[in-house]
Amino acid sequence: MKLNYRVVIFLLAALFGLGLSAPSLLGIKGPKITLGLDLQGGLHMLLGVDTDEAIRSKVKSIASSIKYAADDEELIVDEFKVEKNGVSFELLDKDDVPKMDAILKKIPGVAVVKEGLKYRVTLTPKEIESVKQYAITQAVDTIRNRLDQFGLAEPTVAKQGKDKILVEVPGVKTPEQEQRIRELIAKAAHLQLMAVDEERAGRVYQMTPAEAARYGDVILQDAQDPNRKYLVKEIPILDGSMLTDARVAFDRNNQPVINFTLDSQGARIFGDFTGKNVGKRLAVVLDNMVYSAPVIRERIGGGSGQISGGFSVKEAHDVAIALRSGALLAPVFMEEKRSVGPSLGADSIKASMIALITGFLAVVVFMVLYYGMAGVIADVALVVNLFLILAVMALFGATLTLPGMAGIVLTVGMAVDANVIINERIRELLYEGKSVAKAIEQGYANAFSAILDANITTLIAAVVLYAYGTGPIKGFAITMSIGILASMLTAILGTHGIWQMVEQKIDKKSLGKWFGIKLAGGKK
Amino acid sequence: MELFKYKKPIPLMAKAKLFFTVSVIAVLASWALIMFKGFNYGIDFAGGTLVQVKYEGKAPLPKVREAIKHSKVFEGASVNYFGSEDEIIIKVRTSSKQLGTDIGDEARQLLKNTGKFEVRRVDMVGPKVGNELREKGLMALVLSIAGILLYVSFRFEWRFAVASVMALVHDVSIAMGAIVLFNVEVNLDILAALLTILGYSLNDTIIVFDRIREGLTSVRSPKLADIIDESVTRTLSRTTLTSLTTFFVVLTLFLMGGEIIHGFSFTLLVGIVVGTYSSIFIASPLLMMMGFDVQKYRQKLAEKKKREAEKEKLRAMYEQGTV
Repeated sequence: MKLNYRVVIFLLAALFGLGLSAPSLLGIKGPKITLGLDLQGGLHMLLGVDTDEAIRSKVKSIASSIKYAADDEELIVDEFKVEKNGVSFELLDKDDVPKMDAILKKIPGVAVVKEGLKYRVTLTPKEIESVKQYAITQAVDTIRNRLDQFGLAEPTVAKQGKDKILVEVPGVKTPEQEQRIRELIAKAAHLQLMAVDEERAGRVYQMTPAEAARYGDVILQDAQDPNRKYLVKEIPILDGSMLTDARVAFDRNNQPVINFTLDSQGARIFGDFTGKNVGKRLAVVLDNMVYSAPVIRERIGGGSGQISGGFSVKEAHDVAIALRSGALLAPVFMEEKRSVGPSLGADSIKASMIALITGFLAVVVFMVLYYGMAGVIADVALVVNLFLILAVMALFGATLTLPGMAGIVLTVGMAVDANVIINERIRELLYEGKSVAKAIEQGYANAFSAILDANITTLIAAVVLYAYGTGPIKGFAITMSIGILASMLTAILGTHGIWQMVEQKIDKKSLGKWFGIKLAGGKK
Repeated sequence: MELFKYKKPIPLMAKAKLFFTVSVIAVLASWALIMFKGFNYGIDFAGGTLVQVKYEGKAPLPKVREAIKHSKVFEGASVNYFGSEDEIIIKVRTSSKQLGTDIGDEARQLLKNTGKFEVRRVDMVGPKVGNELREKGLMALVLSIAGILLYVSFRFEWRFAVASVMALVHDVSIAMGAIVLFNVEVNLDILAALLTILGYSLNDTIIVFDRIREGLTSVRSPKLADIIDESVTRTLSRTTLTSLTTFFVVLTLFLMGGEIIHGFSFTLLVGIVVGTYSSIFIASPLLMMMGFDVQKYRQKLAEKKKREAEKEKLRAMYEQGTV
């Protein structure tokens, strides 16, 4: 027996297959196959982003910077209105126009239309598009940040398509935990410090939202007592974008509270405002709920504050994470969700392993019965093929899903196809009276074009499936494709090499043992 | 062991009309089923929510139905056993956009007093995603067929390509008909199964066509029917064997792979049977029907010898080991 290059390649492939599938199978160190969420359990979500809301808040923040700058320069602004894509207002004094123009010049991405003393400031279409895009990327970053801090292993957060976000969290243990994760993601974490409209606050319970809007106010609910209402100025003094840190702490009554710190700009605005408004109330608003509205006793410098209001420890923890990782510029909503409990995943693995092993044994035994030694050789190739699939998947960090397992099972059935074709060809040639060596060589040559064409067409279907499939289905396409490619190496090249090693030993009398046939003229 | 020992060509083409009749009836019946009864779309394509709950012991079906009866989100929900009597599946066409408290959480609340249970799976697909998935799925089917058509035209001849695609349409139609007939729920995995059938059935057809391509030059008779009979008979053994091994493994998947993979393996089982049948009895006669002319083909071959050269090149490549 002499080694030939085909056998050498086959052996190398076998070593590669065994070596790289060992970490996944035996749990030792090395590159491993990742189990899909359907097999290990976990949460898969596709989120949409409400980008219109991002536009609204962008407009609001432009409104508040115009107002702040106008106050700073002591310009008198009247009829200030927030509209869909911009704001409009009127100056009372003609002399203020150049100053206002200078202020507006500093705001990027807006178009200004002037009509006498009337101003209309709107976002440019380009700015609208970029705000929308930014809202999506910002949501991706923010959600990733929150999940990373939540402390579960390896969550995936990625933009998918034009305007969707894919979130995958493996290792979720219970539905309760899953719900908590969803709530953490959904939290807008929009912190606002707002001035209570003390002039009209007494009438808040009689006021309609429309009336409040006329005064430039909004009515907000108390976080704990839904019956309690506050009338606050619509444009906030400052918001969470100026926040640098948020931590859980405990107050004197041992209740969890959240301490936050503002950046220098925020601290300055906060200090200025509190200095000018001693005796009035300041509402701490989180996601449009008023958590507290303490009376300002003196100017508050240093830029730190506190949110209190009956949190549980878990809640406070999650709110702090959300505040630290920043507010969502736009709310996210659920488009698709798939969550699988760990026990179901384990059941699926068990069931598909049983199917794989049974199917594998059936094919292996059948091939030996039908082809004799030729069947054994095909079976060796099949085993190497299986290891190769696992090895390649581990190498590229591919994900094994339940349909992926089905793909492997299917490969077991189809990978022996190449050997069936080849063996049938060899048998034919032997019947024609060719010598064993010749029958083998010609058999492989004749079978090659058929196998190639057949595999390529199957591969076309698999590639399309990969391109258009989602999640688990992609897993099916992956294992099928790898299986097909690996079978070209094992079932064609590998078995060919083995035959070349042993063919001298085969004489025409032992065709029954080697190929499972009896020639009409031959003896037993 | 040998199941089919080649003695002489089986005169299959003589009976082509019979096979055609059977197939046309089956395809038409499938189309009628698809049109009049329609697919039972699962939540992947129709949108909706699915909650899989496992009880300790037998699941109290009536109690569950009672518990969710008055809930608004579960209006029109169906509750059924899933795989075993411990496990149930609640399906409803509604979906919630909310991240905080979703339909799964709602189900957990409502079922609180029905016994000890575990919510094992909650799938929710919004209507927009459902539509998108359906469009993408259809696109995938069309693109696969187009890709296959192109490849086969390039490697064989256009009539071969058309015949193989018609055989594919035949297979996929009948598999879809079976899905409708047995009320299998159509989700993404069924789409994957249908695409696999495409690949698989084509695989079979190509092997036969490859033999016919070979027979066009090697079989003495100038009659296409003879060449086809010879080629089909020669590949009969392989076609049956491979179909058997694949059928075996898919059958184990069907019987032991668990409830989730049932629809998938069922579709594959039907596809394997139909695909095998069509590559033997349908694809090649179609070639004949389209008026493939052996004489012309041979003339063309003699003129150009293009395909032969290509094959030689492949063979040479293989022998040098560069493939």
